[in-house]
Amino acid sequence: MKHRYLPMTEQDQKEMLDVIGISSIDELFADIPEKVRFKGEYNIKAAKAESALLKELANLADKNADSKKYASFLGAGVYDHFKPIIVDHVISRSEFYTAYTPYQPEISQGELQAIFEFQTMICELTGMDIANSSMYDGGTALAEAGNLAAGHTRRKKLVVSEAVHPEYIDVVKMYAKGQNVQVVTVPTKDGVTDLAKLEQLVDEETAAVLVQYPNFFGQIEDLTKVEQLTHAQKALFVVSANPLALGALTPPGKFGADITVGDAQPFGIAEAFGGPHCGFFAVSSKLMRKVPGRLVGETTDEDGRRGFVLTLQAREQHIRRDKATSNICSNQALNALAASVAMTALGKKGVKEIAIQNITKTHYAKQAFEKAGFEVPFQGAHFNEIVVKVNGSVADANKALLEKGIIGGFDLGRVNSDLKNHVLIAVTEQRTKEEIDALVQEMGALYA
Amino acid sequence: MHKDNQPLIFEITKEGRVGYNLPELDVPEVDVASLLPEGMLRDVEAELPEVSELDIMRHYTALSNRNHGVDTGFYPLGSCTMKYNPKINESVARFPGFANIHPLQDESSVQGAMELMYDLQEHLIEITGMDEVTLQPAAGAHGEWTALMMIRAFHEANGDIERTKVIVPDSAHGTNPASATVAGFETITVKSDENGLVDLEDLRRVAGPDTAALMLTNPNTLGLFEESILEMAEIIHGVGGKLYYDGANLNAVMSKARPGDMGFDCVHLNLHKTFTGPHGGGGPGSGPVGVKADLIPFLPSPVLVKEDDKYTFDYNRPQTIGRVKPFYGNFGINVRAYTYIRSMGPDGLKAVTEYAVLNANYMMRRLEEHFDLPYNRHCKHEFVLSGRRQKKLGVRTLDMAKRLLDFGYHPPTIYFPLNVEEGMMIEPTETESKETLDAFCDALIQIAKEVQENPEIVQNAPHTTVINRLDETKAARQPVLRYSKA
Repeated sequence: MKHRYLPMTEQDQKEMLDVIGISSIDELFADIPEKVRFKGEYNIKAAKAESALLKELANLADKNADSKKYASFLGAGVYDHFKPIIVDHVISRSEFYTAYTPYQPEISQGELQAIFEFQTMICELTGMDIANSSMYDGGTALAEAGNLAAGHTRRKKLVVSEAVHPEYIDVVKMYAKGQNVQVVTVPTKDGVTDLAKLEQLVDEETAAVLVQYPNFFGQIEDLTKVEQLTHAQKALFVVSANPLALGALTPPGKFGADITVGDAQPFGIAEAFGGPHCGFFAVSSKLMRKVPGRLVGETTDEDGRRGFVLTLQAREQHIRRDKATSNICSNQALNALAASVAMTALGKKGVKEIAIQNITKTHYAKQAFEKAGFEVPFQGAHFNEIVVKVNGSVADANKALLEKGIIGGFDLGRVNSDLKNHVLIAVTEQRTKEEIDALVQEMGALYA
Repeated sequence: MHKDNQPLIFEITKEGRVGYNLPELDVPEVDVASLLPEGMLRDVEAELPEVSELDIMRHYTALSNRNHGVDTGFYPLGSCTMKYNPKINESVARFPGFANIHPLQDESSVQGAMELMYDLQEHLIEITGMDEVTLQPAAGAHGEWTALMMIRAFHEANGDIERTKVIVPDSAHGTNPASATVAGFETITVKSDENGLVDLEDLRRVAGPDTAALMLTNPNTLGLFEESILEMAEIIHGVGGKLYYDGANLNAVMSKARPGDMGFDCVHLNLHKTFTGPHGGGGPGSGPVGVKADLIPFLPSPVLVKEDDKYTFDYNRPQTIGRVKPFYGNFGINVRAYTYIRSMGPDGLKAVTEYAVLNANYMMRRLEEHFDLPYNRHCKHEFVLSGRRQKKLGVRTLDMAKRLLDFGYHPPTIYFPLNVEEGMMIEPTETESKETLDAFCDALIQIAKEVQENPEIVQNAPHTTVINRLDETKAARQPVLRYSKA
């Protein structure tokens, strides 16, 4: 077998077999019982040479409508944002992407320092004391926050707003089930968490209250009230936040959040059909030793030079085994690096400017829809998403919009029967006035 | 590389510099404060860096120079399968039609992506000998937990609610017991015998009507094939439990033995290991789970199905365990794994395993007289040496690992598995040449000599890295987990 990834020559093989003292490679597999031994080769597609495979897969990719060619108004947790070109240049450095978890700090200072910087940037944006090195994504980060709260408070009930991303709620329920924790959902009113209902549902059995900021409908929750209701019962206050929105919005830490989680996808990470993205997990200092996943800390070597190491590992599965705070091992390190580069490029001024642009453009779109006669049912403050009521099938309209080079918004009827014929429209800084006008005009024509 | 402190990005920031340019706002400006409730507009800016684009590139290039990857040099980190990461994978994953598609687009507009996922599932079904595969889990540990939740749902559906225990060998990866706990099970440890394999007597003793599952890595973490796998399957199935395959070591048995044929009911794979993910400095990974027919109803929702020539996500799964992750898994990693499998083909994957195992056995034989070899038989893709002999001379395995850094190598996994004293777990993979293996063996043999003749040089290693051994106690006792302005 000659293959460009396999350097073994016949000569090598002969010399190696001699050293081992056997005459064929088969002897190395003699301990596999005859009954379970696989004979022959897998019945899978034959190998393709580089050029032919590139061509085949490029054709496959071209069957998809991508946001480079289409104007996308689809958000609902995954967004088409400006991605600085340098992000890919940095994460393509193979010293980063061909390494694994930095177990040997002397030859992993690059990765460790980059993660330390990531932790710092997440703390800055969220207003929290401590951030970990990443989680799989925003949904699993929120679910782990629920489990942390249940463990910390020794209470068995999570109260989750129905204005949290529905797929995140599903994941919270999954993780809670594993720990035999009950999940109760709070209905919404006018597109935000119904605070009166929330007050009824939070009690001394409640481990945590989980809300999203901005919420699934793009609306900005009244975190001051939610915090009061939550802490009145000594439950933990958990906020799932869009980190890019925090460039302009008051951070959850300032509202007294105990845990802030979310997904860093808006910072330089490809939509990639839903993954890999990059969860983040930030807490107030009192929860430091309960945080799941890896933490990078600063220390010194014997000559007093500053360096970075994985730290507080007594929380983790490879030390604690069945007593660990979480089973997470591999995380999303490379995407945390991508997010760091994007946050660095945007910097102090850029995160604010980009967040303000999102609000401004979404405001423009809202006015344009209203002018065109559409109802925008939720009139509270928004970030970069609004809900528009239409008088027909959203799915059909979206198919028609594709023909016009537009990826339409999210059909809310898919997840909420009360919101049939409602579409969630995301307007990021990437959308031009022309594209917004075209969307409103096309939808006006489709729903005329 | 010099030994000066590498400044943090926050330490080279200067007010007024920018590293970006956004297009001019093309809609009318508004007073954003007036659109937000009182107190919602951020009043204190996040202290992010203010640097130019060149500053950023120099900073991260300097960091990358302080990092060792597979492309830098040999990386025989046992259990992690640090093989070459093909560059074509990176190109394909960045095709706009794969990188820039949204998970909630109309299915008609993402048929190419769904076709790739479906075909990858088909390939993984054949490779594992399972009946169905889900791509939803994000990494190996996530896959373990997903499969355990399915096993739990299976038992519950049978009214079998007394099955609260998961058995794991003492040599198991730490994620196994941790995943069992997170899935609500109690972990029971089964001992290894004098040959490094699961002790069948002990397994018979701990298995019973309360057994939900046995989690097993085969070959195990010592790199040894569990020869009695069929008896083990019989014991576990005999008491009504399920057999779970931890796919971390699949690189050892591709085309040689399939989990499905060994009696396993479910399996997770680490696409970032066996199928060249890459490892990304610690992730993202991808941890698909394969199952036998009786677990199919419990698969996470949605399930990707093919109807005529159209692909669609099936959400109508009444017995599903639910959703373990938003959307459909780490698609970008799955694209890379698919590209790799298609680059190798059936004969290629067979050669991968044969050469991985040949390389490991060759190294083991070259090193056996210089170190203790606790289990002397043919290994699979990795083997475990013990530094007992060197420890008696006052040099620990940790010291030898640090000394390897001076030779430009990433050390093996050390102090694992837990049942080997001063363990060193070496996994060369198939993509390394004989010359590389020889040079590494020579280095390790030289270190063994140094331990006898000049132990200080090993005890005080490393000598050539940008930083010496770091004070980990200080890091844990006085945690500094973020930068703060002095």
